[in-house]
Amino acid sequence: MRTLVKLSWVELKLFVREPITVIFTLALPIIFLFVMGGVFGNEASTDDGGMVVFRGVGPLDYYIPAYFALVMMAIGTVALPVHLAGYRERGILRRLRASSISVWSVLGSQLAVSFVIAIIGSILILICGIIAYSPNMPQEVGLLILAFLLGLISFTAFGFFLGAVLPSTRAAQGLGLILFFVMMILGGAGPPPEVLTGAMDIIGQITPLRHVIIILQDPYLGFGWNQNASLIVAGITVVAIALAARYFRWE
Amino acid sequence: MAIQDERVCFTLTAIIKVENLRKTYGTTVAVDDISFEVAEGDIFGLLGPNGAGKTTTVECLQALRQPDSGMMNILGLDPRHDAPALRRQIGSQLQESALPDRIKVWEALDLFASVTPEKLDWQVLLEQWGLAEKRKSTFASLSGGQRQRLFIALALVNNPRIVFLDEMTTGLDPAARRIAWDLIRSIRERGATVILVTHFMDEAEKLCDRLAIVDRGKIVAMDTPQGLITQYASEVRVIFTSDFADLSWLHNIAQIKKITKSGPRVEVEGSGPVLALVAASLVEHGITPTDLRIEQPTLEDVFLKLTGKDIGE
Ligand SMILES: Nc1ncnc2c1ncn2[C@@H]1O[C@H](COP(=O)(O)OP(=O)(O)OP(=O)(O)O)[C@@H](O)[C@H]1O
Ligand SMILES: [Mg+2]
Repeated sequence: MRTLVKLSWVELKLFVREPITVIFTLALPIIFLFVMGGVFGNEASTDDGGMVVFRGVGPLDYYIPAYFALVMMAIGTVALPVHLAGYRERGILRRLRASSISVWSVLGSQLAVSFVIAIIGSILILICGIIAYSPNMPQEVGLLILAFLLGLISFTAFGFFLGAVLPSTRAAQGLGLILFFVMMILGGAGPPPEVLTGAMDIIGQITPLRHVIIILQDPYLGFGWNQNASLIVAGITVVAIALAARYFRWE
Repeated sequence: MAIQDERVCFTLTAIIKVENLRKTYGTTVAVDDISFEVAEGDIFGLLGPNGAGKTTTVECLQALRQPDSGMMNILGLDPRHDAPALRRQIGSQLQESALPDRIKVWEALDLFASVTPEKLDWQVLLEQWGLAEKRKSTFASLSGGQRQRLFIALALVNNPRIVFLDEMTTGLDPAARRIAWDLIRSIRERGATVILVTHFMDEAEKLCDRLAIVDRGKIVAMDTPQGLITQYASEVRVIFTSDFADLSWLHNIAQIKKITKSGPRVEVEGSGPVLALVAASLVEHGITPTDLRIEQPTLEDVFLKLTGKDIGE
């Protein structure tokens, strides 16, 4: 336990000292937020004209909770896998293991750091959103926190899985970035999901991001708890954890 | 009878026992058949050419690799089944490993010290291993030798009963090596046992109580350093320079086995009082070289003889 706390603290400091990761996980979603705000403003679409987009709410009300999920995805698809694969590739995991630092401490510290980053990232998004566009405030805070925990654990497990199977830093960077951008564009954090058609929509539907966005948006917007999406996210979590445990290697 | 008693006594205090250890990677046989025992409080050395299987052997003992077969017993534990309990009581400096680039020296020591419940003072290690000035430097900014010293300090930070050092002094400057040797001796004084993998003959000779020479996955000889030298390299070399072309009369000295002449440099090999005999014979023939000297056999001669390889430091 002492080791887990120490390692978490060290890992948090290491994260802060790595500017690229900080920019990617914390700054990039904020930049996207301002781009989307600049393009769409925060006027809800009405159903008298064309199609209803952004689930019928203001674009910024849509994007703020969606970008909580984007921070989690940046951690799960890029930051964590690159970190873990790099640790394995360079023999850092071996070194930790030789000093009887358990796999639970290694992964537990990453989970702890992911939590801190995701919370900070989400608060930053909320603050920037409020300052620039005066959006709606979160409606059901208790459910939102629950959804936040579920989404974060899910993407962290996803990151453990990628970090377990990808053999090198390069592989993790390459695949991670592809996953990140594909999921972002098609999963509902790029253009409004309603404009995606055919294959793009189908791919969007199977990205974990789409469902994490929905479980976060529903309590945020006051739509309640989304049973279906939360079951899908929980399922992804279980599968990712099982695969990560199955394929985790120290070297 | 006396020999029998000694054997029993030795077995009782053995802190490491290895029997018929074997490890293969596909078709590569890394460790073929290795058996040895290490007495508590000894510095035990493993010496051998590249790829001999030294690292594989010690990493099996540290529960970092799974051997194919063989018996291992360390501190009464089997690395295959009691890895966590074992790792807490040993210290490891691995031949290949790293730390996160941006971790600071003190953070690494503080982290690795946290695995043992006792409060350990890693500040002392910082001083001893000359890292006090670097305590706030990141791992990436350390020089090769400084990294190596940090890894040794990390191997000692949990106050281990057995310390595994795999090429500990590689990359250290001569002064740092001497300091390292003294510190390793002081670890032994404290009661810890040290397993030392090395390529440096002088290090093995000066530091080790017992020494195993490993070649192609097998132990080809095992004894004290002096024991190995007496047993495998009893011949001395007498060296001098002379422009005298014909030295064949030196062969009349019965103790001389071999004479090699390259340019003016003459090397005479033999056993017994070769120096005195050669000197007398030279004077007799009116040759009085000013650089006549003797070279005692060293561990390097043993190594070359047993492995047929020059380690080429
Ligand atoms: N992980 C591995 N996969 C495949 N082969 C390996 C692996 N580790 C070691 N080997 C092979 O096993 C043999 C013994 O390697 P080992 O590292 O134990 O040698 P060593 O005595 O420590 O050599 P050195 O003095 O160069 O450190 C070598 O032929 C090496 O190529
Ligand atoms: Mg080696």
